[in-house]
Amino acid sequence: MSVQLPLSSVATAAGTPPPSARRRRRPGRHHALSGWAYAAPTALFVLVLFVLPVLLVGQMSASDWPLLSGNQGVNFPDNFRDAVDNRFFWDSVVFTIKYTVIATVLLIGLGLGLALLVQESTHWKSFLRTAVLVPSALGLASASLLFYALYSPQVGPISPFLERLGIVDGPVSFLGSPDGALWSTVFLVVWRFAGFYMLLLMVGLQGIPHEVYEAARMDGASRWQTFSRVTLPLLRPSLALCTILCVTGSLLAFDQFYILTKGGPDNSTITVVQLIYNVAFQGQNDLGVAAALSIIVLGALVLINIAQIRGMRAPEEK
Amino acid sequence: MTLAPNAPSASGAPDSSSSGTGTPTAPPAVRRRAPAPRARIAGIATRTPFWVLTTGLALVFLFPLIWAGVASFSPQAGSNQVDGWGFGNYVTLANYQAGIAQYLWNSTVVSGLTVLFTLVVSTLGGYAFARFRFPGRNLLFLLTLAILMVPYATLLIPLYVLLNEIGLQNSLLGLSLVLAMFQLPFATFMMRISFESVPRELDEAALVDGCSSFGALRRVLLPAVKPGLITVGLFAFLTAWNDFVAPLILITDSDKAPLPLAVANMRQQVMGIVDYGATEAGVVVLAVPCVVLFLVLQRHYVRGFMSGALKG
Repeated sequence: MSVQLPLSSVATAAGTPPPSARRRRRPGRHHALSGWAYAAPTALFVLVLFVLPVLLVGQMSASDWPLLSGNQGVNFPDNFRDAVDNRFFWDSVVFTIKYTVIATVLLIGLGLGLALLVQESTHWKSFLRTAVLVPSALGLASASLLFYALYSPQVGPISPFLERLGIVDGPVSFLGSPDGALWSTVFLVVWRFAGFYMLLLMVGLQGIPHEVYEAARMDGASRWQTFSRVTLPLLRPSLALCTILCVTGSLLAFDQFYILTKGGPDNSTITVVQLIYNVAFQGQNDLGVAAALSIIVLGALVLINIAQIRGMRAPEEK
Repeated sequence: MTLAPNAPSASGAPDSSSSGTGTPTAPPAVRRRAPAPRARIAGIATRTPFWVLTTGLALVFLFPLIWAGVASFSPQAGSNQVDGWGFGNYVTLANYQAGIAQYLWNSTVVSGLTVLFTLVVSTLGGYAFARFRFPGRNLLFLLTLAILMVPYATLLIPLYVLLNEIGLQNSLLGLSLVLAMFQLPFATFMMRISFESVPRELDEAALVDGCSSFGALRRVLLPAVKPGLITVGLFAFLTAWNDFVAPLILITDSDKAPLPLAVANMRQQVMGIVDYGATEAGVVVLAVPCVVLFLVLQRHYVRGFMSGALKG
């Protein structure tokens, strides 16, 4: 999932026509035909594997659709009622939001700090940059498995280390309590994704022209003033992109919780996507209700992203 | 990366100020060397927090990886490597169910096919979007980007049903097609801007010389968009190699599981007792190709990524 990057940049490119379209020399009809021929594979992929499934999930959410026996006819409002009435629905919503807020604040904060720290190209700083970026090469599932062993009371090295320092008395159970499980997972996610957000924000920092800093220095701005009055406002588009990516990614968290906590202890760490998976494939085997939950998540996500884009628009654009 | 406007507090200013107070008081000849060590010590003192902080950061980010590598070879109770160092955990991994060779093969097939599909579809699509005007062009492009907006799980449940309908359930081919579809927004966008950044005169000259539009693509444009192709291919490989959720839902036969799913399953298999040694060995096998690829292609990776994001 690390690939879902250039959301905002995308919008700008979509609207702009290719620069020299007017100088095109080939006759229109032939041109359009070859254009379609080259775009046909994309169209096929998008139609069969994206548009059709989106329509299908809509139909499924309104149908009685057990995992094994397929479509059993219309079951319209009931699926949605069952979805909301699910014992873990509100718990998972609250937990997912809590996790999202924590992960986003930490990741953006740390990413910005790291980006400011490693901008220059000295040897030590490029080493640091690489060190922070290396975890991004791992898959989220691999990273979760790695931390599963790292946190384990049997073989994990952290607990003995803390004991030797005298900070704790007995073995620490990282995943044993609800709070412990949450923060342990947050640490894993920060470890895995900090480099990615650092990179995005570094790109943003490099887009700020040097003259602006010169001007701020001439005006006698302090380092803090420069940061809060110059860097932060000019970094706004990058920060907005990072926040949207991070919020969306965290709201849809699954791998890390599935592998590290399995929703436990005491069902305290079930995320919304995990609930969908459980309803569809574990126990209930009800694809209809799972589809209804998916539609609810899709709707919520669209609303949240619209709100974010509105909220983050630069003040003068409002 | 040469631009360093707001350098971290510890680096520049304190050094210059301390040497600034030192130099005027020192008469040139005799005591010239005296202030220098003092300034250097002051410099080291002010820079110490910076070194401590950054060394700590580097350790935090590197330690888990190093630990997993070391621990997979080290002796551990409850694993196949009880005393002495060795490859015991890798032997467990090699003999688990269908054998690691099978899972590695599954992962290789899935990653290879995904990279192939992604490159072919996004190259042709990017070319179409960058160089041709045809009805429905903007709609198709926006629809491709809309894949990003729909949650993974929302799509995987109907895809599970759909692949069953067309006989691609539980198949590596079906899984690769789905993974390639999830790559399309990034890949198509990347290839489109790669093609658009190539001067139009280049392929127009080829067309005038009698190339077909496909000939112009193959002979002239493909070499020019190589950085974009490498970035797209690398991302597709890393995602397919590491993906966990799609195989978890779409692959039901454990012999067809790609490596991440197999390692995660292995951990749960043994009656509540987790073989951490074998899990660590599995993580190492999963991580090594990614980390090596990342380090080898790092410069490229970062540059391709930046040229895409800079337009934002």
